[in-house]
Amino acid sequence: MTDYPIVEATDIPAAITALKQHYPDAVKEDTRQGYSGVVVDRKRLVEIAKFIRDDLGFDYLSSATAVDYYGIADEMEMVYHAYRTAGGPALVFKAQTPRDNPEIPSLVEIWPGADFQEREAWDLYGIRFPGHPNLKRILLWEGFHGHPMRKDWHEAYYEQDHKPFDSRWPAGHVRRAEELNVYGKNVRYPADIDLSKLSDRSEEALYSDLGLGVSIQELEGDASLKTDRLVVNMGPHHPSTHGVFRMIITLNGETIESLEPVMGYLHRNHEKIGERNTFLHNMPFTDRLDYISSMSNNLGYALAVEQLLAKGARYQPPTYRAEVIRVLMVELTRIVNHYWAIGFLLNDLGAFFTPALYAIAEREKILDFFEATAGSRMMCNYMRFGGVFKDIPERIRSVANLVNDRVRDFNTMEYLTELINERIPRSIDELDEFLTESEIVKSRSIGVGYLPPEMAIAYSAAGPLLRASGVPYDVRRAEPYSIYPELDFDIAVRTHGDIYDRYLIRLDEMRESVRILKQILPRLERTRGEPIFAGSKQHTPRVPLGEAYGRVENPKGELGFYIVSAGDEKGPQNPWRYHVRAPSFINLTALGQMCIGHKVADVVAILGSIDIVLGETDR
Amino acid sequence: MSQLDLRELNSTEFPIPDEMQGNVAITSLSKIYNWSRRSSMWPLLFGLACCAIEMIATAASRYDLSRFGMEVMRASPRQSDLMIVSGTVTKKMVVPIVRLYNQMPEPKYVLAMGACASGGGPFKEGYNVVSGIDQYLPVDVYVPGCPPTPQALLFGLIALQKKIDGQSLANLDDVPWYGVGPSEPTPIPILGPDIIDPRQMDLIRRQAELAAAGKPYGIREIPAPVQKQEAPQVEAKTKAASEGSEDEAKAERMRKREEALARKKARQGS
Ligand code: SF4
Repeated sequence: MTDYPIVEATDIPAAITALKQHYPDAVKEDTRQGYSGVVVDRKRLVEIAKFIRDDLGFDYLSSATAVDYYGIADEMEMVYHAYRTAGGPALVFKAQTPRDNPEIPSLVEIWPGADFQEREAWDLYGIRFPGHPNLKRILLWEGFHGHPMRKDWHEAYYEQDHKPFDSRWPAGHVRRAEELNVYGKNVRYPADIDLSKLSDRSEEALYSDLGLGVSIQELEGDASLKTDRLVVNMGPHHPSTHGVFRMIITLNGETIESLEPVMGYLHRNHEKIGERNTFLHNMPFTDRLDYISSMSNNLGYALAVEQLLAKGARYQPPTYRAEVIRVLMVELTRIVNHYWAIGFLLNDLGAFFTPALYAIAEREKILDFFEATAGSRMMCNYMRFGGVFKDIPERIRSVANLVNDRVRDFNTMEYLTELINERIPRSIDELDEFLTESEIVKSRSIGVGYLPPEMAIAYSAAGPLLRASGVPYDVRRAEPYSIYPELDFDIAVRTHGDIYDRYLIRLDEMRESVRILKQILPRLERTRGEPIFAGSKQHTPRVPLGEAYGRVENPKGELGFYIVSAGDEKGPQNPWRYHVRAPSFINLTALGQMCIGHKVADVVAILGSIDIVLGETDR
Repeated sequence: MSQLDLRELNSTEFPIPDEMQGNVAITSLSKIYNWSRRSSMWPLLFGLACCAIEMIATAASRYDLSRFGMEVMRASPRQSDLMIVSGTVTKKMVVPIVRLYNQMPEPKYVLAMGACASGGGPFKEGYNVVSGIDQYLPVDVYVPGCPPTPQALLFGLIALQKKIDGQSLANLDDVPWYGVGPSEPTPIPILGPDIIDPRQMDLIRRQAELAAAGKPYGIREIPAPVQKQEAPQVEAKTKAASEGSEDEAKAERMRKREEALARKKARQGS
């Protein structure tokens, strides 16, 4: 489907050899224990990246992130994971820069998808990217002191580098962090704070380079209908922005000239906290990334850490039953997410809440099963390294959710069978019947928010957004994990790349999920009573040194976890680097492009069709 | 309220003839104000994080918020009475939240939904997280949970209704908006090097002076761990104090009312 040449070099060693041949003095293999890929000379990074994309065929930049090796080496590093859209493993390449005055050339020119990720690295690590068109802070505000993800930057409530904190264990004191802070708040000001010129610069910076104040003459030179330029701010409190998301839109008349997403209103410092936590500690935090599909987030993180654990001697892979249950949960989650996405897309199209109510009602049935199994409707915290933490229960009995004032009590397998064979397909058909042919849906969505396939790849779009543009890329097939290879399903693809196709592809994907689930049911029966966990349960596993990138096909797109285990020789208990490649975040890179030329009213619909969740966007 | 039964409202001191039961109610002003307010709480349509998803689920068909007259979620703060702070409050977001709160007309209430809004929650230690919305806004009801289930949220909303039922026009501190005009707006935090609460300016200035003088600043001496036995004693004391002094409390209320009225007069005079 793409115009990019897919070059023969099919495996990573061959690609690395080719790289080394072409750039013998600029490319070295990464020989640190547990690392893979190559380290390239940062001065020639752009040129080498171009070679990787055009000659080696790694056309899809999945993730670009920074690591601070403070205390290990005096360096910071950018790590890039590039894939071929035809499938296969990643080519990992890195560029290193000294910690003081860090600078790495920008790759936005090669992969526009690196745009937000580089801005994030600037914001959180202070790495500058010469050549980046718009290097501003992205998650924090302009004027914030310091770059918080650096290892030597301490937050106001800082106690110690790693958990468990000595004061809690073994000392056993529990103290509210506010009590230790003069201000009684989570704040810390630099010593040289200048109180005489305190003002909020954060807003100014947003509007500074929008080219406001256009001269009237310039506009009047145009003989056609005269329109005014106008800057409209949407959000962060706005009923249709799916959470605290903000956009600054420049309009010419009613037509969008440019759109800039502004985020960070839910930046909860997931990664900083993640690097203080132990490996297992992070599992419940992943729930709160894409909080609509917590189960799949769990799986992504478990896979990443399992990859690392597999480098050690005593690792046992998850049992077969664990894998079956994982796929069951993950596919149910996909359905839950798509119900939500479709319901709220219709909200955005103006069908206020009626379709959403139907979709949410169906979702509740699946949540009941989650609650019975994991103990929570939304924040399941269910997967572990090497399996899942509990088998599915014999019966579903939920006192909390009464139906006609009666406690319901079902046999779980019967409940699931009915759900998968009848309820879900019926409700998908229902949505299909009422929405797909609706004239209003069609006229609002066909041809709107078009994203061509080359652009989707270049912008690192993932998930339904990518596949609706005609690129059949799905991690479940491109780099299979769990038991997906033995399951029979198709990758849904649509070719028009507009809102309508993104809606349709979600229906398709739900149907494919049902197809998978139907194959899971007999496997569940067959493995009943088998262990759900391999090896002995360990609360603080020691993880071998090295790096890993675990990725899964989340309902919203490719979710990746880049984990580095470094420092302690015996194998640390805390991740040195814990990075989340969030599909919602990276999919937004293309939002501006998709909106240009459309009307204001289409913006919310286009945003709705990307389907973002702010917990994951801002982390 | 789907079925309006006036008998609910009637105060017991005023017997109403049988034939007029259900048509007429004789009641106090406070009661009818409270009744109408609490039966039509309009929340602000406003979600922050994961908790918002449960809030939406509460509003949807299974849990059905409209049973309490609360389903009319308004997108505009001007039309809403209740702010459900549903999720993590970040430093970047607290600025618009305070602004929204200031824009809501009184009477207005705040419900902190979930661990994050109540006290920081799982992400409390993060550098961009506010340890609970009550550091900036007065909170009426806290609902624990991460996220609270829809049932828990409903429970919190019912608790809020009870609170409203207990308010009295005779007590201007309860319902300042009836007595002395609108309250002062909450000062809007500033995004400086870190978030700055304008109410803490003096403190920040003093700390900055300390820093300039090369002294340690910004930290407080770590207090000794709390002794376990102390807690019940304190509780007993406050209990004893509150029991023996009903009259005192009444006098105190009257005094406060006088003060509030005086303040109002002063403001009108100026
Ligand atoms: S309390 Fe829990 S569920 Fe609610 S916003 Fe905070 S992290 Fe999310």
